[in-house]
Amino acid sequence: MLSLPLLLQETHAAYVPILPAWILLLPLIGAVVNGFGAFIWRGNKVIPGVVGPAAVIGAFAIVVVNFLAMRGAAPHDPTIVSLWTWMAAGDLRVGVDLQFDQLSMLMLLVVTGVSSVIHVYSIGYMREDPGYSRYFAYLNLFVFFMLVLVLGANFAITFVGWEGVGLCSYLLIGFWYENREFASAGKKAFIVNRIGDFGFLVAMFLVFVHFGTLNYETVFASAPAALAYGGTVVTAITLFLFLGCTGKSAQIPLYVWLPDAMAGPTPVSALIHAATMVTAGVYLVARTSVLFAMAPVSQAVVAAVGAGTALLAATIATQQYDIKKVLAYSTVSQLGYMFVAVGIGAYTAGIFHLMTHAFFKALLFLGSGAVIHAMHHAYHEVQSHEDPNDMRNQGGLKGYMPITFATMWVGTLAISGIIPFAGFFSKDEIIWYTGAYGYGILWGIALVAALLTAGYMTRLMVMTFHGENRTGAAAEPHLHEVPAVMWIPLAILAVLSIVGGWVNIPDALPVLPAVHALHDWLHPVFEPARGILEAHGLHDAHSSPIGGGEAMWAGISTVAAAVVILLTFRALVHRTWKPAAEATDPTGLAGVLYNKWYVDELYDRVIVLPLLALWRGCWRIVDAGLIDGSINGLAAGTRAVGWIGSLFQTGRVATYMFYFVTGVLVILATFLL
Amino acid sequence: MSFFESHWVLTVLLLLPLAGAVACLFAGKDEAKHVALVTSVAAFALSLPLFWVFREGTPAIQNYVSIPWIGQWGIGYTVGVDGISLLMVLLTTFIMPMAILGSYSYIKRQEPTYYAMLLLLMTAMIGVFIALDMFLFFLFWELMLIPMYFIIGVWGGERRIYAAIKFFLFTAVGSLLMLVAVVSLVYLYYRQYGVLTFAYNDLVELPVTRSAQFWLFSAFALAFAIKVPLFPVHTWLPDAHVEAPTAGSVILAGVLLKMGTYGFLRFAMPFFSYAATSDVVVYTILTLGLIGIVYGAWVAAVQPDAKKLVAYTSVAHLGFVMLGLFALTSESIQGGILQMVNHGISTGALFLLIGMLYERRHTRQIEDFGGIAKVMPFYAFAFVVVALSSIGLPGTNGFVGEFLILIGTFRTHPIAAVIAATGVVFAAAYMLPMVQRILYGPVDEVENQELEDINLRERVVLLPALAMIVLIGVYPGPFLEKTSASVNALLEQIEVRASQAPLEPLGIDVRFDHMPILGVDED
Repeated sequence: MLSLPLLLQETHAAYVPILPAWILLLPLIGAVVNGFGAFIWRGNKVIPGVVGPAAVIGAFAIVVVNFLAMRGAAPHDPTIVSLWTWMAAGDLRVGVDLQFDQLSMLMLLVVTGVSSVIHVYSIGYMREDPGYSRYFAYLNLFVFFMLVLVLGANFAITFVGWEGVGLCSYLLIGFWYENREFASAGKKAFIVNRIGDFGFLVAMFLVFVHFGTLNYETVFASAPAALAYGGTVVTAITLFLFLGCTGKSAQIPLYVWLPDAMAGPTPVSALIHAATMVTAGVYLVARTSVLFAMAPVSQAVVAAVGAGTALLAATIATQQYDIKKVLAYSTVSQLGYMFVAVGIGAYTAGIFHLMTHAFFKALLFLGSGAVIHAMHHAYHEVQSHEDPNDMRNQGGLKGYMPITFATMWVGTLAISGIIPFAGFFSKDEIIWYTGAYGYGILWGIALVAALLTAGYMTRLMVMTFHGENRTGAAAEPHLHEVPAVMWIPLAILAVLSIVGGWVNIPDALPVLPAVHALHDWLHPVFEPARGILEAHGLHDAHSSPIGGGEAMWAGISTVAAAVVILLTFRALVHRTWKPAAEATDPTGLAGVLYNKWYVDELYDRVIVLPLLALWRGCWRIVDAGLIDGSINGLAAGTRAVGWIGSLFQTGRVATYMFYFVTGVLVILATFLL
Repeated sequence: MSFFESHWVLTVLLLLPLAGAVACLFAGKDEAKHVALVTSVAAFALSLPLFWVFREGTPAIQNYVSIPWIGQWGIGYTVGVDGISLLMVLLTTFIMPMAILGSYSYIKRQEPTYYAMLLLLMTAMIGVFIALDMFLFFLFWELMLIPMYFIIGVWGGERRIYAAIKFFLFTAVGSLLMLVAVVSLVYLYYRQYGVLTFAYNDLVELPVTRSAQFWLFSAFALAFAIKVPLFPVHTWLPDAHVEAPTAGSVILAGVLLKMGTYGFLRFAMPFFSYAATSDVVVYTILTLGLIGIVYGAWVAAVQPDAKKLVAYTSVAHLGFVMLGLFALTSESIQGGILQMVNHGISTGALFLLIGMLYERRHTRQIEDFGGIAKVMPFYAFAFVVVALSSIGLPGTNGFVGEFLILIGTFRTHPIAAVIAATGVVFAAAYMLPMVQRILYGPVDEVENQELEDINLRERVVLLPALAMIVLIGVYPGPFLEKTSASVNALLEQIEVRASQAPLEPLGIDVRFDHMPILGVDED
């Protein structure tokens, strides 16, 4: 009977969502069961390992069924499923409403699909951890909130997911909470994200005041008539929303939390900090594309910040030694590309890259997890305390871990944009439209960042898998490939990293068949925004800013990337690195990049420390000093007056006689004089 | 008509704790706490049906009783609830059993007196929320001071005397001015209509001249602002909290502070609508509320004492409530009322949690802890949930209240709402570092390595709070529906009265304009 209200639904189209609430409920149940399990069946490795993945795979299955149903019905409008009224006060009415349309469906597939793979991988990766049940509880809870974020039919429900995934990110970054640094990294992520969430909140207030509702359908339908194109209001709404995106999706200026977030277990980095949560900002811009399309200033800001972040993070990635840090900055950089796409109005391209990136970056992270897993075990066997993450301690692993080696190369080629891997199609589409829509400078930046990507990824592969092994003579014999429960997910993601790009193949490319599957699928969602853009002069030049067509530039970029890979490989493959313990930190420009342009230090000096000083000042000077000081002063003053008064009461009759006589004399004097 | 729809249920609810208090005094040293617990649970059980029989959609006072008491002065025993006071009464009866059960092992001397004081306090608090006669209200308002003074002063920490006196003086100064204002109001009513009355329903109809409204509003506002507490009259609160025993802090934060905000809503705003909606008052209070939100969070963030930290977060949270009330929109006031309930639950639970650590380690310095999650996992779970509620994470009660306040405030005062929204960031900046330094990191203090996780009694204490945090967070509908009609009526009333406030005193209906000699029949 409990599920009755959850099944109540209201539909507007022929497509009727199948078991919609269960998509959310399964991961939530998984989280609750494993959450209680963390207290009850401590140490049990079977139940959490079954319940956690099963909950997510179950949700994935329902999503697939829904996807097929939606594909059959091909609805033009979203289907809203209303569960219950959440907040109702005054004119505000917020329902727990879920929106099923082509965009949320695609996100559902990506989120539950990649989550399923990563949950399975986690069975192996986390097996020896004492917090096994707690881990799966958090991971399930994350999936729940991510699905809420994706399915929300109004800003408020999306915000629930938005902050919920932030919470899970916080809990999972600090999963090994006994380590102070890890716990701090979680806290940093939460606080930095909250700065972004402040933007999201203010955007919601503006939307409510101008539309009287937070429902997407109503807001998007009435926005073109209700708000002035390019006006202050729509610009403010979108810029505040984008502030939220820079937090969640780690863009300038709020990207600083993501590299630290690598403190979490590696499958978490793969799921949350690469494939799903960090793409929420891109999703939000795509979701609210109608508003962004009406605000050219905001569009330019989104695209420029995206391009800037793509380049900045790529430069930092070239000089990192921690394998996960390289991938973290790479993620920041790739998210930048997605923002360029949704910023310039190439929404499908942005979501396309979001999808392919989810495949190949999850693959790369899980691969790095396999490497760390192997390194950790080897060091553990010989009781060494070397850093298993440091690539200077790795090298030559291809002989020990052939499957990881091969699949990670697939991921590397995909992210570098080598034809016919997935990243080629999605990234090329972004770069191409950036140029064709007339954003010349951003186009140049995107090309340079793409070459840097090929460079730092090749460096990572060479340092990890090629050349001499630097693990140390004692630990080396203990290196070995990961078990099947971990390499099968790698293989699945490797396949997706190849074929995942084939859902959208541009007409312009010779030889290849043109495929518009993704473009056609998302068409109903982005049609209104595209309409606004085209009405206001969005112009496809059909050539790059310096001439040349799509096919030519696709060829140039893939060849250039291939050349960079080859050159980097040749330059580094025979180089020798000292193990991390013996190495000195790089200097000069490399040092600046190694230290991430000193941005963290800058934030510390300019923002964090002055704020703390101000706060202490408020406490010590204002509260304890001024306010309490004056109140205690008042009390002391009262006491002093009382004491002075008491001096006159000597208790001796002579004194009182003296006062009396003096008084009489004074009174007489006043009257007489 | 069932008993719970009848007139007398409130009176029974009022007298029950009083009877329990007397029983406690006669109970043995070890029985007193059980008597107190049973009494408070019975009171809760008695109050709970009110929630369901309450008729929504009407601002009318329900369970209303009015009988003359001191007839010639126009003083009556008049009680009743509307949607606003109903939630406050339920908050009181909900918090008290938690506070009492939470005291079981904490209080180890003069238990009978202690538990009698708690129950006496309970009667006073319920009285404040249901009184609809100004004399009766003032009586309960002052009555509440006495047990609280003793709870801090006798069962408190090292500087308990300083804290108790500070608490008493701050509150007494405010109440004194309020008393003057109440008497003036009664006098003005008398001068106008020739009838002596302390009845709320009469006095609220009195057209007070605009200039007089400012004076009287200020007197009321000061008394309530001290209680809230509003910056800069908040400094009694951290001291009172740090020195009070756990239950004292729970009640202080959970219920007593709400008397201030409730007072604004019930008395200061409808009595003096013109003053309360004037620019000077609205901007002053919004500014002080904003300072409370931002400044309270800042000062909280640098506190080394966990209890003091939580005390300052109260300043920030109540700043949100005040913002909501004086933004004068339906969303923000309803959010403000819900936030009063939320703050009572979450902050009460936080004080209980800190008290549980204190009982084990006899320190509240944050730096003395670390790695507690390792040794006390259940405790850590509860702590994190409550902390998240305190910082207003969606899905917890804190979010619903803050969101409604902010979105409502944005309609009338967008800049204020934006400034207040930064409080969301600062909340994370004070709460998470505390969570981290207490729960996470290595267990580096020897004393912490053998700490026992919270026992069954402590779990029972916390469980209702945890349940409410999630329930209100996910399904606040029943709570918002209770206040909706009352708030809308109040807003309408305030608007009408503010526009009708006379510039000059109206024509006087009676022959004389001096105070009569009391007790002498004028006719």
